Amino acid sequence: MNTLKVGVLAFHGDVSEHEEALKRAAEKLKLHVDVVLVRTKQALLKLDALIIPGGESTTLQKLCEREGMWGEMKKIKNIFGTCAGAILLAKKLYHREKGQKTLEIMDIDIDRNAYGRQNESFEDDIQTDLGATHAVFIRAPQIKRIGKNVVILAKRGSEIVACEERVQDRYYLAACFHPEVTSTLFHEYFLKQIQRTA
Amino acid sequence: MKRAHRSAQKGTFTVKSGLAQMLKGGVIMDVVNAAHARIAEEAGAVAVMALERVPADIRAAGGVARMSDPHMIKGIQKAVTIPVMAKCRIGHFVEAQVLEALEVDFIDESEVLTPADEEHHIDKTKFTVPFVCGARDLGEALRRINEGAAMIRTKGEAGSGNIVEAVRHIRAVHTGIDELQKLLKSNNAKKLRSLAATYRVPYDLVLRTAKLGRLPVVNFAAGGIATPADAALCMQLGVDGVFVGSGIFKSSDPKKQARAIVDAVAHFNDAKRIAQVSERLGGAMKGQEISKLETKLSERGI
Repeated sequence: MNTLKVGVLAFHGDVSEHEEALKRAAEKLKLHVDVVLVRTKQALLKLDALIIPGGESTTLQKLCEREGMWGEMKKIKNIFGTCAGAILLAKKLYHREKGQKTLEIMDIDIDRNAYGRQNESFEDDIQTDLGATHAVFIRAPQIKRIGKNVVILAKRGSEIVACEERVQDRYYLAACFHPEVTSTLFHEYFLKQIQRTA
Repeated sequence: MKRAHRSAQKGTFTVKSGLAQMLKGGVIMDVVNAAHARIAEEAGAVAVMALERVPADIRAAGGVARMSDPHMIKGIQKAVTIPVMAKCRIGHFVEAQVLEALEVDFIDESEVLTPADEEHHIDKTKFTVPFVCGARDLGEALRRINEGAAMIRTKGEAGSGNIVEAVRHIRAVHTGIDELQKLLKSNNAKKLRSLAATYRVPYDLVLRTAKLGRLPVVNFAAGGIATPADAALCMQLGVDGVFVGSGIFKSSDPKKQARAIVDAVAHFNDAKRIAQVSERLGGAMKGQEISKLETKLSERGI
């Protein structure tokens, strides 16, 4: 069986949670997954997929740019971003910090810290197309617009909280919450998608 | 509230410790005004700690150090979009209530300020906002966690510019956890129970820590970090991130120093990168021998 090489952007954020979730998801699916902690441009080469974790989107952007990784990240075919990671995927960002950039690769508009400060952070049971799950929202963003190729995977009331986009051989998965801290549901799904394209 | 949102819960321990998890691998910087806060954010800090004076100046000024002026905290909240933390005195739950009302993202119940209660820390379970607390060893850390702290920072010696105490405290926590793990391996429940009694925490918390082989919450280092290499040293010793207080704005070139420390933490295992970012930083903060300090802040609130 082929081994999938999946990177986790590892400068900062809940990296070990993603690493754990990936490993457990791979075990459940009986897939060989090589998890690579990405801190350099070289580590991005030859990845089948990349996960951008939760954290501070401004910090993640700066560290990626300082490493000259920005262009190389845009070339990766399968990317899964949670919270700050979802922000980095978005085409357009509301309430951007001065000089803040996103990869502009997924056709969504996203609003940073849309719920407010930490006192507005919450956890909730939500329904998704992948199944019911418990979701943790930490200073979470909100998806304000989706493009025509974007498929909604989960809503909470009227808010879109998870979605995916397939364009040609590209696949992007975004969640406003942190699936990595509660289950392997989204990681299993992501691995299944990249297995198709890899 | 809409029916669909009935199960939503704010201020749970998962939500509190969740923010700490998102800060991992990052640098949290002390700032005293909006201009500093912007420098910190620009450098890549994951959060800022709003306070009126950095610890080195608190030491120099003497007198009673208290929570900062709410107006100043609000100014910093307006200046940046990253999380804003603020300090309250140990045991001063009203200062904590005020900080919660200001919607700070994290409260540091800190020995850097003059303690308000020599017997009791704040019951942090009563708050929606998460707390970080200092600790010199495993017992202190577990007591704070048992009181509801969502994050621990090893104390080090704030405002000293000397890394030696930070290292001592990181190692002390590890030594404590190693001991628990050995006892767990040899099924020595009796000794584990007696340690729980010594630490004055529930046996369950001790057992959980032993099984995890680490603190059950995120653990940053603090107190005395003055250079990129100091920060990377703490990271290699196994902490999840660092607080830098006086080390940035008491150095000769804060912008450069801030960025260099962020880069050193992101690449803490890469000596070449640390060498690169350490070049031409100018002077780090001066720093002091621990034995020459009039007050050891780390001895407060144990």
